[in-house]
Amino acid sequence: MQYHSPTSFDAAVQLAQDATGVTRFLAGGTDVLVQMRAGMVTPDVMIDVKKIPGVKDCVRHADGRWVIGIAVSGAELGANAELVADWPGVVEGMELVGSTQVQGRATLVGNLCNGSPAADSVPGLVAAGATVRVSGPNGVRQVAIEDIPAGPGKTTLAKGEMITAIELPPRGDSGGDCYLRFIPRTEMDIAVVGCAINVVLEGDKITSARIALGAVAPTIVVVPEAADAIIGTALDDGALEKMVAAVRAACRPISDKRGTAEFRTHVAGVLARRAAETALRRAKGEKA
Amino acid sequence: MAKDNVNEFRLIGTRPDRPDGLDKVTGRARYGADISAANMLHAAVVRSPHAHARIVKIDATKALALDGVKAVVTRADFPTGLTGEDWNLQENTIAGDVALYDGHAVAAIAATSALLAKDAAKLIDVEYELLPHVTDVDKAMAPDAPIIRQGAADASVPEGLHPNVVKYIEFGHGDVDDGFAKADLVMERHYKTEAAHQGYIEPHACLGQLGEDGKGDMWVCTQGHWYIRRMCAAVLGLEGSQLRVTPSEIGGGFGGKTTIFMEPLALALSRKAGGRPVKLVMSRSEVLRATGPTASASMDVKLGMTKDGMLTAGKANFRMQGGAFPGSPVDFALYCGFASYQIPALFHQGYDVIANRPKCAAYRAPGAPMGAFAVESLLDEMCAELGLDPLDVRLKNASVEGSKSSYGPKFGSIGLVETLEAAKAHPNMLAPLGPNQGRGIATGYWFNHGGDTSVSAALSEDGTLQVSVGTPDIGGSRASIALMAAETMGIPYENVRVNIVETGALGVNEPTHGSRATFASGKATVEAVQGIIKEMCRRVASEWDIDPEAVTWVDGSAQPAGPNAGKFPPMSIAEIAGKMSETGGPIAGHCETVPEGVGASFGTHVVDVEVDPETGYTKILRYVVVQDAGRAIHPAYVEGQYQGGAVQGIGWALNEEYIYDDMGRLQNPIFLDYRVPVASDLPMIDTVIVEVPNPGHPYGVRGVGETGIAPPLPAIANAVAAATGERFYHLPITPVKIVAALNARNDS
Repeated sequence: MQYHSPTSFDAAVQLAQDATGVTRFLAGGTDVLVQMRAGMVTPDVMIDVKKIPGVKDCVRHADGRWVIGIAVSGAELGANAELVADWPGVVEGMELVGSTQVQGRATLVGNLCNGSPAADSVPGLVAAGATVRVSGPNGVRQVAIEDIPAGPGKTTLAKGEMITAIELPPRGDSGGDCYLRFIPRTEMDIAVVGCAINVVLEGDKITSARIALGAVAPTIVVVPEAADAIIGTALDDGALEKMVAAVRAACRPISDKRGTAEFRTHVAGVLARRAAETALRRAKGEKA
Repeated sequence: MAKDNVNEFRLIGTRPDRPDGLDKVTGRARYGADISAANMLHAAVVRSPHAHARIVKIDATKALALDGVKAVVTRADFPTGLTGEDWNLQENTIAGDVALYDGHAVAAIAATSALLAKDAAKLIDVEYELLPHVTDVDKAMAPDAPIIRQGAADASVPEGLHPNVVKYIEFGHGDVDDGFAKADLVMERHYKTEAAHQGYIEPHACLGQLGEDGKGDMWVCTQGHWYIRRMCAAVLGLEGSQLRVTPSEIGGGFGGKTTIFMEPLALALSRKAGGRPVKLVMSRSEVLRATGPTASASMDVKLGMTKDGMLTAGKANFRMQGGAFPGSPVDFALYCGFASYQIPALFHQGYDVIANRPKCAAYRAPGAPMGAFAVESLLDEMCAELGLDPLDVRLKNASVEGSKSSYGPKFGSIGLVETLEAAKAHPNMLAPLGPNQGRGIATGYWFNHGGDTSVSAALSEDGTLQVSVGTPDIGGSRASIALMAAETMGIPYENVRVNIVETGALGVNEPTHGSRATFASGKATVEAVQGIIKEMCRRVASEWDIDPEAVTWVDGSAQPAGPNAGKFPPMSIAEIAGKMSETGGPIAGHCETVPEGVGASFGTHVVDVEVDPETGYTKILRYVVVQDAGRAIHPAYVEGQYQGGAVQGIGWALNEEYIYDDMGRLQNPIFLDYRVPVASDLPMIDTVIVEVPNPGHPYGVRGVGETGIAPPLPAIANAVAAATGERFYHLPITPVKIVAALNARNDS
């Protein structure tokens, strides 16, 4: 195995482009090192991104946008009070990944590029409308989070491409988000179902919303019909019911050792209602 | 809860620091994988990916061609002609003609590094021919089930049953038909439990060395190194005494480390590699796929009860699969099922069944949790039906000293009633319950075992004491034995060191199993220490020139027995030890015994749960374990045993299970998906130590380690039933099952 630790994105992209055989990027390593130990993957080329300047930065720009480096750990996100105030749902999704030890290493981009439909940090990013900056042989492009995963263990990134930063849009006033997942234990488990909801209010009324589901299809599912059901409402019972029905209708889960398709579909609706209520409370500035 | 003589003892019942504490928190303790030797090789095992397959060919040419690969062994490297359990052990260690389960070892390899061994193992080419398989106990008994092995059944099996039924038992007393006729309510239910693994944190690990002269050494993580010695010798055709086995510190066993799994492979590889030591360490996935979980069970129970709550009759028909070999604990499940109650008429039937799963091993009170789940669930359901208080009904029918046990003999001194009364008086019984919350209670029973026991104790020149025992310390036995030795000798706890010694240092010892270590090694230690006291008194008598009977031992020194014995100042143990070389040489005591006077232990658990009716998530709100310890030598360790049993039972009840796909492959051989409870899943488990001393032990000890895992299964099922209004007959009671049941009710 070749191990590289480039000091610029250009160099990293070049290495990735030139690599032959199985190539893996290494940030926190909480997926790739575990997969190597389990014999699931034996990379020929490993490109460690942690020596690249700026990858540990997490910055709010003047316009309110957040740019998060690709090696910022979950623990660092959780310790960033301003980020937590703006995007509590994004941060709580990331903080559900693994243990305290894992939190010291694991990154948002790693969680995204692992390609798991059950990734806890991804629905929150999708609901937030986050994007990633992708560098590759053909230059730089900005891609919506939901366009990165291509199915379990797969991404849409081409050979030689890598993500160089995550961007969260300006939070603005009167917005709130929330991520909830279901596991049969309290921690150290993989989401059986996950749901993130992001809402923006004007007065009492929801003016925009995004709803994303995890672990109910091969990739994260965005459910515009569910968002439409609550946009223009104050989240009354009727709106919630329509939203829950739309969420359940969008589920295409499998039955496996972690849960049945029926269970996942049912619980997706339960989590959506609870997440919507919490997101609304947060948008109103209430503690939740 | 101690009833009498609170100040009877100087040390018994105190909570001194554990002797292994500093080693464990500093990382100095040496576990199985920490043992290394010069020139050591590392081993890896090739395992069957199939549930049932004929082994057509094993080709290791490519692996052996790698630089650094030193040996490959297959079944051809083991002796033939073994019979009975020895053959079972050999066959489970390494498959013969047929791989019997997903994970069954088919070859092993030794190389100069662990990485090389792992890579080389992948180059061993094994050709399989798939055979039909079966993993479910009921399906394995069905007429059309694939036959796993002809001739595995013993003479107990009635004619006409499937060859996968390898043992049958039945027993009982009284007229059950008459008993059911006298009942106001007769109920019969079907129950199932899934296989659960002991889940010890330390995977199996050993270092084995064996020369062509048949002399060998093994360092191994085990609950019983004499068993390792005997089993390895049998599987490899060695002489027992030529193999010396040294136990490591142990990171959990719970019964699963009372037998061999891969130890003979390390020795066989060593022998083939010219006697170089070979280290073999299992991964977690190997532990789950290839070491023994407990059995899965399918059970029918019928009970008769009068409208005032008296049990009139009971019937139990249990079927258990314990993997591809005989040995499921169906017998013990039946012995324990009704043991808490005096029931005039009982009939038990049990079927031991083989299936394409790993060979089951002992797991904490083997069989008792399944039996308790079935019987205590049914009892609870009947109490609800008749509007009776479940705790009062249990008190009304409770077994007591002198009553006939459900499995035959009369009970000696037991403390079931005391645990029920203590549970009834516990503040948790009065805690208010909110919506979706429910309370469950259940009792449980386990035996205590004597077993071959050999202990020696020796005085050091400074008057301190070393005790050598052969029962590995899996739950505090070193501290408890040191307390008993110090109490008996009249010296400080800190002046005693208890060592777990290797097979070359003592007579044969059974493992730490059957809740026996503190009882059996403790009782033998007291006898060995009394031997030392007797010898010290003899030497002092000789110096004082009086009869040995005229010297008595008080508070750690020899004194004249009375005014007639003469006037001598007390002679301390340090003084006696300091001159033992001049007074006759080393002073030591020993005891070889199969201790009698075992003390069985009953427990009563009370649990409150809250079930989220929308997601089916069950939260444990409160949990209290009440159990009879006889006498708690070191109460903190006793509490630890109670809590540990409860937690393992909670896992078994709610989430733990072996999940197989339709090809018979284990789907969850990893702690991510084999879901033992994590710390944040649990409240503090409260404990109440009831002390009804065991008259068969000098300090009243009962076995306390195992009983605690039996009541949680039914207690939680009963609490979930109370919280949801739905009764679950099939463990684990997962969120998926709860949501399915509640949604079905809402739809209807």
